[in-house]
Amino acid sequence: MASENAYSPQDPTLKKRDDFEDVLEERRNSSDVKYAFRCYTPVLYNGIPPCKASLLKHTVLKSDHVLFVIQQLSKESGESPEIIHEEAVEILDEMAQNLKLSVVRFFAFMLSKAFKTLFQRVRVNEEGIQRLQQAIQQYPVVLLPSHRSYIDFLMLSYVLYTYDLSLPVIAAGMDFLGMKIVGEMLRMSGAFFIRRSFGGDKLYWALFSEYVKTMLRKGYAPIEFFLEGTRSRTCKSLVPKLGLLNIVMEPFFKGEVFDVSLVPISISYERILEESLYAYELLGVPKPKESTSGLLKARKILSDDFGSIHVYFGHPVSLRSLAQGKISRSYCNLVPRHIPVKPPKDIFTFVNDIGYKMVRLQQENMVISPWVLVASILIQSLPQIDINHLTEQTVWLRNLAQSFGAFVDWPDHISVSKVVASSISLHHSIVKNTGGRVTLIEEKQDSSNLEHQLFKYAATVLMCASYRNQILHIFVRPALVAISVHSVGSSRKEEIFSYFSFLRDIFSHEFIFAPGHTVQDFEEGCYLLMKADAIQILKTDILLSERGHKIVSFFLAMFQPFLEGYQVICRYLSEEALEGVTENQYVSAVRKFAVKLLLSGAVKSCEVLSSDLQKNALAALLKLNICRKTKEMEQVVVKVNRTAVNSVEDTLGRKLTPLKTALARL
Amino acid sequence: MPDDSTNCFVYIFTFLNRQDLLKWNGWGYSDSKFIFNKKGQAEFTGKRYRLSGMVLPALREWFEKTFGASLEHKTPPRSALNTSDIPAPILNEDFLDDLKATKIPFSHEIEDRIFRAHGHCLHEIFALREGKFERVPDMVVWPSKYPNNKSILSFGVKYFIFTLTGGTSVSSALECPPDEKRSIVSLDTSQMLNVSGYCTGHEPDSMEFSTLGGWVATRASGMKKNIYGNIEDLVVHIRMVTPRGVIEKSCQGPRMSTGPDVHHFIMGSEGTLGVVTEVTIKIRPVPEYQKYGSVEVAKQRCAPASIRLMDNAQFQFGHALKPQVASIFTSFLDGLKKFYITKFKGFDPNQLCVATLLFEGDREKVLQHEKQVYDIAAKFGGLAAGEDNGQRGYMLTFVIAYLRDLGMDFYVIGESFETSVPWDRVLDLCRNVKERIVRECKERGVQFPPLSTCRVTQTYDAGACVYFYFAFNYRGIADPIHVYEQIESAAREEILANGGSLSHHHGVGKLRKRWLQEAISDVGIGMLKSVKQYVDPNNIFGNRNLL
Repeated sequence: MASENAYSPQDPTLKKRDDFEDVLEERRNSSDVKYAFRCYTPVLYNGIPPCKASLLKHTVLKSDHVLFVIQQLSKESGESPEIIHEEAVEILDEMAQNLKLSVVRFFAFMLSKAFKTLFQRVRVNEEGIQRLQQAIQQYPVVLLPSHRSYIDFLMLSYVLYTYDLSLPVIAAGMDFLGMKIVGEMLRMSGAFFIRRSFGGDKLYWALFSEYVKTMLRKGYAPIEFFLEGTRSRTCKSLVPKLGLLNIVMEPFFKGEVFDVSLVPISISYERILEESLYAYELLGVPKPKESTSGLLKARKILSDDFGSIHVYFGHPVSLRSLAQGKISRSYCNLVPRHIPVKPPKDIFTFVNDIGYKMVRLQQENMVISPWVLVASILIQSLPQIDINHLTEQTVWLRNLAQSFGAFVDWPDHISVSKVVASSISLHHSIVKNTGGRVTLIEEKQDSSNLEHQLFKYAATVLMCASYRNQILHIFVRPALVAISVHSVGSSRKEEIFSYFSFLRDIFSHEFIFAPGHTVQDFEEGCYLLMKADAIQILKTDILLSERGHKIVSFFLAMFQPFLEGYQVICRYLSEEALEGVTENQYVSAVRKFAVKLLLSGAVKSCEVLSSDLQKNALAALLKLNICRKTKEMEQVVVKVNRTAVNSVEDTLGRKLTPLKTALARL
Repeated sequence: MPDDSTNCFVYIFTFLNRQDLLKWNGWGYSDSKFIFNKKGQAEFTGKRYRLSGMVLPALREWFEKTFGASLEHKTPPRSALNTSDIPAPILNEDFLDDLKATKIPFSHEIEDRIFRAHGHCLHEIFALREGKFERVPDMVVWPSKYPNNKSILSFGVKYFIFTLTGGTSVSSALECPPDEKRSIVSLDTSQMLNVSGYCTGHEPDSMEFSTLGGWVATRASGMKKNIYGNIEDLVVHIRMVTPRGVIEKSCQGPRMSTGPDVHHFIMGSEGTLGVVTEVTIKIRPVPEYQKYGSVEVAKQRCAPASIRLMDNAQFQFGHALKPQVASIFTSFLDGLKKFYITKFKGFDPNQLCVATLLFEGDREKVLQHEKQVYDIAAKFGGLAAGEDNGQRGYMLTFVIAYLRDLGMDFYVIGESFETSVPWDRVLDLCRNVKERIVRECKERGVQFPPLSTCRVTQTYDAGACVYFYFAFNYRGIADPIHVYEQIESAAREEILANGGSLSHHHGVGKLRKRWLQEAISDVGIGMLKSVKQYVDPNNIFGNRNLL
């Protein structure tokens, strides 16, 4: 490698991945009842059997930690400890799981039926299962699945039951409890419920963290939670939430367990059940509260085909090895361990790094279906594309993605055009092929309300985008380098790098970048582009090659919605939000602003309407101190630094040098 | 122990030539060691200990099973010292002339020098067995008969460096700095303490061979500290000669408030400040009555003179040291006991652990105390397991170092290390450190599972002292000492991360220097440094311990 930096990325195509087995195959050939009632004897950590729910609650309530916090709260508030204790009992009753094998068996039966109608295949890497089985016996295990659908944790428990592994206890959002019977049934299949926000509630935090830590310390069962905190509506990985991660790591920091195994799990859907629901949610149609009747209505979904699911169990990561030499655990030494201590900064940074690392490991083993490639091409060529051209481009993109290390699930024995055709027909809710022209589905509607029409169209675009999004993590580093090479108008490496790191900062909530790894990310991007013959790296310069032209313009088009979207948001902030905008109004205000621009034709991409993009942009600007939050009259108001926002907008829109000039230097 | 009476009696030796009586490349008396006899049974030679002359039928199986060792694979030590291996002494003629004039005995014989060149760290003994020496003292001086030590020190300025001998250090405290160009003089200060009918009650595991000065210099701890206290509780007065002059208190008041206690500059100074020439310690009448005891599986809160709680591995280790029984009747009784414990009481021999106890005092008190302890034990499902088990537990302490020499004949190396830790962390620390050792062994290519075991040896209100034994079979490893050291240092890191201390009583020496700053903070280091700077600006006591 010509790069002077010592960091040399590994060739991603060399990464070895396991093979998959279809767990539904056996279900289609044998009795579901028998399956549900079969002997279930999972291996256990240290041979410890799962603990009775009541005993677990008792242990938590009597723990030094909880007693200490109750004592402290009582002193602060003047409330008697008994009353706080009762409150604690209630909280715990609301929270606690109540794993019952009979309910698990019932679920096993029901889910077998449901999955068989919904999905063609549920494919699992069995080697991963074996690794997990070993890990479970050694140390407490934390399962970290990606979160794209409600199906995720049902599916995971189902797979673990199928392979005779310990069922996990799962941290679920409180909103599930709204679903009367189902909520309780989920509880009995191992879910425990946490409130979405309990900011300053010390008692809640103490109970919740002690509850999780007790299960972990005793090793009763693997603990499962979603690092991303919520389902990703865009199918891009979300920036990790650190609350629960902190809690499960604490017993290790305090020496209460020797080690903890973190197991990243990637669950990839060929077609997501909630695809249209997500799109409308992103566009601002309020999320329907989960209700049992809503779920019953979802029955009509059951008649549809949702393709395959891939569940990939990654290598268990030893927390101990991650911490080796990185942190000092001695900060816990001077206070009895049941008294909560605020960890020092290096611990916080460490947990944050691990959060990102685990999300990236999830991404690494995400399976990319052919449809993801098709959608990526299609969304760049709206309103329509010729089927042959689409097929040709899809193959080109497949090869590029594979050479960048993507885990593409491309069937070997079927012709390319058939693969594309079957992808299109599976996703008939988004796309159609009429006479060789592939277009997005457009519902018939009265054309009187332009805005309404725009939203309908945008919903389909966002659905399509949610599939393209599944491959962005493969391309984001080389793409940002390519965009930098294109936009900077100079071949000087340091200028390109500085633009790259600007983009990386601006998109820090849009894509997953490990904090502090700017140089590595840049090197990785350069390396991949060089491997694809797109650029040439000299000592101080980076030059675009002939072949690079196509790749660069492809990447530009691929990331255009984000570049454009962020510019729109900057414009909004500098033109309409100078007096500040309350946090609550921000999304709707941006949406209104964007709709105007879209209708006038000044902006092309509908993705700016996505509230996810809007929130990510704001989060990044806040982090960069370009905006800041203040509290005014009980409301959080976002204040804008106009010069800084304008400069971001200009920098994003920078295309000083046409592509030709860069080429001429070669 | 030599015999039961020594428990409460005299333990410090003054030998002009200790090496005549003691091994030069192993632990303890030359006549006492473990061997495998012609029948392949383990036997302890000599006449000094209760175990001496006995056959230990279970030891071989335990040894082979625990370490995967075999009697076929031997690693015997060099039989004799090869004089050409030893570096020639660096002598200073002026100093020699002065010394001769004072008539203080001295020597630069090779045996004398080698004998004082080491403590009992694994790497030191290993090097001796292999006959490797880097830097050894250039001469040995016995100043003890001449109380005016000051004269030697005055010669010493600018020319020399001293190390002190105790000989049982396990912190590399006695190792000579290899790059020291000055003449290294070793002061042998072993002293006699001999008043019959009294005892100090201070009984460190090495008490047969260690010295009072050594105890003071390292902040030693004895197993009966619950009754008698640690060295800092025993000391009434210390006199130390330093290059700057003599430091001592003006009276023998039992406690004083005169600023920070200057004794605490001396205790734990590890020979970096001066020579302790005089120590006054408390003595007590020899206790009227002594009783051993043991409890199987128990946790308790009541303090006999000594209590030690061993884990299962050590319990089994202890059992491997059971001597051959003389009569069929005892053997039958043993069988019956075992049956009762394992079958009737349902204890799993692979999970049993045992607390060994020692009660001391007047008869009535001992019996009352004993009953109290057993009552508590019973409450927690413990089972009184008899005096015999108790005594055997303590015996392990005294013979463990001899056993290491046996292991080293057969590819097995090992060492003990200790820490102190608050009560609430004891269990977690023990488990984590043992597991870390096992894991590190695996990662560093040790072919056989190691012995990784621990026991609580001292109890305090606020915590306990935990002692680890770690040994492994090093067949197939090119540089076993290096591997051993890496693992021990990983174990120490684990101890520190789990809230354990750098050392409870072994001291820092050179072995644990690198962690001292973390252990006592930057300002703490600065304070020690400025004391050293004032007291010994020319670094005459240049053993480079601590700082």
